[in-house]
Amino acid sequence: MDAIIAGIGQTEFSKNSGRSRLQLAVEAARAAISDAGLTPADIDGSVTFTHDENDESAVLTNLGIPRLRFSSRTPGGGGGSCATIQHAASAVVSGQASAVLVWRAFNERSESRFGQPTQGALDPAWSFHLPFGLDTPAKIYGLTFQRYMHRYGLTNADFGEYTVVARQYAATNPNAWFYERPITIEDHQASRWIVEPLLRLLDCCQESDGGVALVVTSADRARDLPQPAARIAAASSMYLRGGHHLFNYHHPDLSTFVEAESLAGELWAQSGYGPSDMDVAMIYENFSPVVFMQLEALGFCGPGEARDLIASGGIGPGGRIPVNTNGGLLGEGYIHGMNNIVEGVRQLRGTAPNQVAGAGRVLVSAGCSGLVLDRP
Amino acid sequence: MAVIPPAIDRDSQFFWDGVRAGQLLVQRCTDCAELRHPPGPACPECGCLAWKAEQSAGCGTVYSWVLSHHPTEADAEPRVVVLVDLEDGVRMVANLLGVPVAEVTNDLPVEVFFTEVDGVPLPMFRRRAV
Repeated sequence: MDAIIAGIGQTEFSKNSGRSRLQLAVEAARAAISDAGLTPADIDGSVTFTHDENDESAVLTNLGIPRLRFSSRTPGGGGGSCATIQHAASAVVSGQASAVLVWRAFNERSESRFGQPTQGALDPAWSFHLPFGLDTPAKIYGLTFQRYMHRYGLTNADFGEYTVVARQYAATNPNAWFYERPITIEDHQASRWIVEPLLRLLDCCQESDGGVALVVTSADRARDLPQPAARIAAASSMYLRGGHHLFNYHHPDLSTFVEAESLAGELWAQSGYGPSDMDVAMIYENFSPVVFMQLEALGFCGPGEARDLIASGGIGPGGRIPVNTNGGLLGEGYIHGMNNIVEGVRQLRGTAPNQVAGAGRVLVSAGCSGLVLDRP
Repeated sequence: MAVIPPAIDRDSQFFWDGVRAGQLLVQRCTDCAELRHPPGPACPECGCLAWKAEQSAGCGTVYSWVLSHHPTEADAEPRVVVLVDLEDGVRMVANLLGVPVAEVTNDLPVEVFFTEVDGVPLPMFRRRAV
């Protein structure tokens, strides 16, 4: 039995939602359940992030779901975002649940900002980098990006080529915060340093308020539902010894994204596809360099070739492998990666703002978790 | 220079006690002799729960580095953060002091020293003569 994504829903993506994160979760969930052609009474499972601050009981009560017989949470922050769908699909395929609601909702700009230095201050595991001013995700990831730049001789302007493409897609996506606001490489180079010599402000994802939800159910059931199904052809999540949810400093060679390499092996083996079979790739980018490192780890190009792939238009509209067609987390909004999964579903339905004609297979990667979606 | 003080638990207490005493302590498994850092209760190689804290000479080379802008508070003076490969065989994050940014490179030889920053005792690195 296959599992499918039957419904998608979201709130607007903003900088100040003006309402509680619980309300955002409820609004996104209602939209997804309705989109799936279901009612709250049909939902019997839930998955969200360990980081999500909405309690399952509060969500189900406010949605009017009578009971959940399965609930799960995924580790790893945004890198683990695709694991939510893996958990939901596993529950459906094993019979533990028949329709699983997946959500992520927060006020990540107006309430608790991930990019603030004191985030993690009470965690002993963070104490081996926070006191040294390595105190935001951009900086924490920076020590890895530096080795990638060093190995292949890249500059910050090379990373900026990705941002230009992301903002180009966002400019024609009415759902994007940066709708109708494209940038040039000169704009990128004029933005201030966050982590020198790697990341400027425009290399960093947004901070956003909003909610995203999806409904996962079985392919058998999908035949009676209103929307075209997105079949989950592969789903995996990957954690390696020595790692931390924000870094893996203790792997011998930091110029490669080892979790994503391992993930790629799982996704291609499970789905029977390879990189050249994909029509669209949605790639989690809290910061621009992770697109480069994931393109290589996932096999879309060889080691060190992402710069040329991106600079030659290979990931833009009409390119060899369009990437982050919603504008990604830099251009559309940062809902911890979940909005990239929704965009993958839209591409398969043929309803994306920047639709890739005839898209039938989509890769969604968050680096430490990923999906291959296709049409059943 | 503002600093976020370390949060200390039972697994990491020995390390920060060592810093206060001017020693860089690294865990060594008493069974298979594997070194590990950051601290943890069990050896990833053999699973042994017994370990001893061993003093490191603190000599190594820069494996990676960044210049952190706005460290800890907005508009604070940028700080060089280094990921150091210690000769003992473990990696460690700290600041590099006394080296102009233009002279910071991967493979720069460094050595540990200890200083108080914002009232917090911390290990730091400086250039090592070779």
